Amino acid sequence: MEAIVLQILNGLDKGSAYALIALGLTLIFGTLGVVNFAHGALFMIGAFCAVTLSRILTLSHTIIDDTQKDFLGNPLKVEVPYVHDLFGQTTGDAIIDWAVPLSILFAMPIMILIGIVMERGLIRHFYNRPHADQILVTFGLAIVLQEIIKYYFGANPIPTPAPAAFKGSFDFGAMLGFEPNRIIYPYWRIIYFSFAALVVGGVFAFLQFTTFGMVVRAGMADRETVQLLGIDIDRRFTLMFGLAAAVAGLAGVMYTPINAPNYHMGMDFLVLSFVVVVVGGMGSLPGAVLAGFLLGILESFASMREVLNILPGINQIIIYLVAIVILLTRPRGLMGRKGVMED
Amino acid sequence: MSKSTFSRRGVLQTGAVAGAGLAVPTIFTASSAAAFTNEPTGGTVTLGFNVPQTGPYADEGADELRAYQLAVEHLNGGGDAGMMNTFSSKALKGNGILGKKIEFVTGDTQTKSDAARASARSMIEKDGAVMITGGSSSGVAVAVQALCQEAGVIFMAGLTHSNDTTGKDKKANGFRHFFNSYMSGAALAPILASNYGKDRKAYHLTADYNWGYTTEEAVRTSTEAMGWETVAAVKTPLTQTDFSSYIAPVLQSDADVLVLNHYGGNMVNSLTNAVQFGLRDKLVNNKNFEIVVPLYSRLMAKGAGANVKGIFGSTNWHWSLTDEGSKAFVKSFGTKYGFPPSQAAHTCYVQTLLYADAVERAGSFNPCAVAEALEGYSFDGLGNGPTLYRAEDHQCFKDVLVVKGKENPTSEFDLLEIVEVTPAAQVTYDASIFGGELGSCNSGA
Repeated sequence: MEAIVLQILNGLDKGSAYALIALGLTLIFGTLGVVNFAHGALFMIGAFCAVTLSRILTLSHTIIDDTQKDFLGNPLKVEVPYVHDLFGQTTGDAIIDWAVPLSILFAMPIMILIGIVMERGLIRHFYNRPHADQILVTFGLAIVLQEIIKYYFGANPIPTPAPAAFKGSFDFGAMLGFEPNRIIYPYWRIIYFSFAALVVGGVFAFLQFTTFGMVVRAGMADRETVQLLGIDIDRRFTLMFGLAAAVAGLAGVMYTPINAPNYHMGMDFLVLSFVVVVVGGMGSLPGAVLAGFLLGILESFASMREVLNILPGINQIIIYLVAIVILLTRPRGLMGRKGVMED
Repeated sequence: MSKSTFSRRGVLQTGAVAGAGLAVPTIFTASSAAAFTNEPTGGTVTLGFNVPQTGPYADEGADELRAYQLAVEHLNGGGDAGMMNTFSSKALKGNGILGKKIEFVTGDTQTKSDAARASARSMIEKDGAVMITGGSSSGVAVAVQALCQEAGVIFMAGLTHSNDTTGKDKKANGFRHFFNSYMSGAALAPILASNYGKDRKAYHLTADYNWGYTTEEAVRTSTEAMGWETVAAVKTPLTQTDFSSYIAPVLQSDADVLVLNHYGGNMVNSLTNAVQFGLRDKLVNNKNFEIVVPLYSRLMAKGAGANVKGIFGSTNWHWSLTDEGSKAFVKSFGTKYGFPPSQAAHTCYVQTLLYADAVERAGSFNPCAVAEALEGYSFDGLGNGPTLYRAEDHQCFKDVLVVKGKENPTSEFDLLEIVEVTPAAQVTYDASIFGGELGSCNSGA
């Protein structure tokens, strides 16, 4: 029983990342009709916003410590962060320690800007082209973006830890009445899941309860009619692209303490996120979120030793297997609507 | 009126034979005019450095390339000569190799076997490389080694740790200085037993590819011989990034040690996840839960950050060694590039010197003469103590380092501390245990 609870928890946090990326993908597809293969790169850029802020906060000047030697036997050059000079060592260290949460504020405007520039500068030229062209150009863009990141940050993963207050894990099982020390779960993963739930809820509330959201939803349903009413729907859709980029970017920021970011992390999530979108139903926001969590949990269960002993290798194909079954039984996905991607 | 003797069938047959002849790569035909493949004829000789310049091991490849450039500089008489001053052989004179100035070309393996073979083939066919070296993966090493065997050039392997490179897939034209999985297991087991006790239950997570299998087997065999029990061994996909679903079952098992047979990004992520899940804070079977990483790399340890603290592993070489050879290399490399070299850089630098030295001693670039000079060759002064290039499998036998993640690093390079230098005798094995045949040397003639 403990193993099942633990794998559900694992699935929820894994599903959080899938759901956030898939949500952005669906927003873009639902509004602009574009299949954006560069969306994984936006997740990766978000993570590197956290790395960048962390580096900005640790910008240092050098002092020579004659009492210590470096690897060549010369007096050791000690890096002293400027935040120590500005705020004192204790406050400075606390600011550096909280680099990841602070990166949310740092990444938000950057990601919205990147999204808008990406849409206005490149993707809008492909609105009337076949989906295959859109996939090719956005996939190419993803490769360019990841190579740029690799050029500046290198190929190795860069550790970007959570604040000390959220490091470590707690006995989740004991809280639920299970035997102590059997269901241990990291604090940050709970925070990641909660954050994802908050973002998903925020996006839905924004679309559901604001005038802007209402117009966007109307545009998603019937773009021409909305335009005939004199509303500049293109401008709103561009902003939605920015919002989708921000959602992916924030997912990336918060993911950095879970796995050290590297230039390739976007590609690692991209294909699975597309499967999530298709399983959820093209253009369906609730479908994307539901499928994200569902596939995350299934993937976790498939990785259990007991399952692998019966079905070796199932962990590598489970998502695709489930996708095939769902598409055979529900060709439009779990919550897909008639007419979307069917022309 | 003349009568043609050509028949349609004859023309087709002749064309097919001629076409097939033209289609054979030049590396299999060009040697007919020379004594061996790419025999240097002018005042220069070209070496091919085949390293990952893109892909997940690009940083490791960049360090390998730095080491190669340093080796070429030293061999051509530039710089402070580095390890040439401490090398037991005095055949190298600082005037290139056999008086020919060394030039080099580079290829990008991308850590993909096909790409690595293509770049090696290009360097051999188009650039005339007489020796290929480098790489950061066993799959690549085995693939390129086989190509060099066919082409008739020497392959001096870079970072490759699988037993297979000089085991079942060994080739007469291939040589490895780097240590292997067996040696890691043999060096680590006694240290693990003395630190963690002989009554331990181990859970293995193993990368699902060749290197993972040989490393798991080596560590299992060595630790079980010490009295440990292996409670489970689970294969993890090479593409896995989040290991939480593999770490969680460890909590439910009776294991008190987790062995991560992972390298590169896999190692960084699985170790980070294991620490996040509080494994190191757990008490199982009244013992502290421990994690072991059989193959350490400083570049990877940097990626894992503070999570490596106190965790045992093994490594081929470390810049903090205090023998004269290591000090000379660290000084050369550190002065030129501003930071200490990695183990990948060290093995690549050493391999270049060993190749050049073998050519000098053989008096020829002929790969078969070079191979003969390397086989059974004993040397010292290159950072690992007295070393033997065993003739039977072309594997170097030398001391192996057992290291531990440092508790209080003083810099971003100071991540590992040497716990023990395991003598070569303790990690030496019978050449026949991994199977395979060297075959005959191929000079391309």
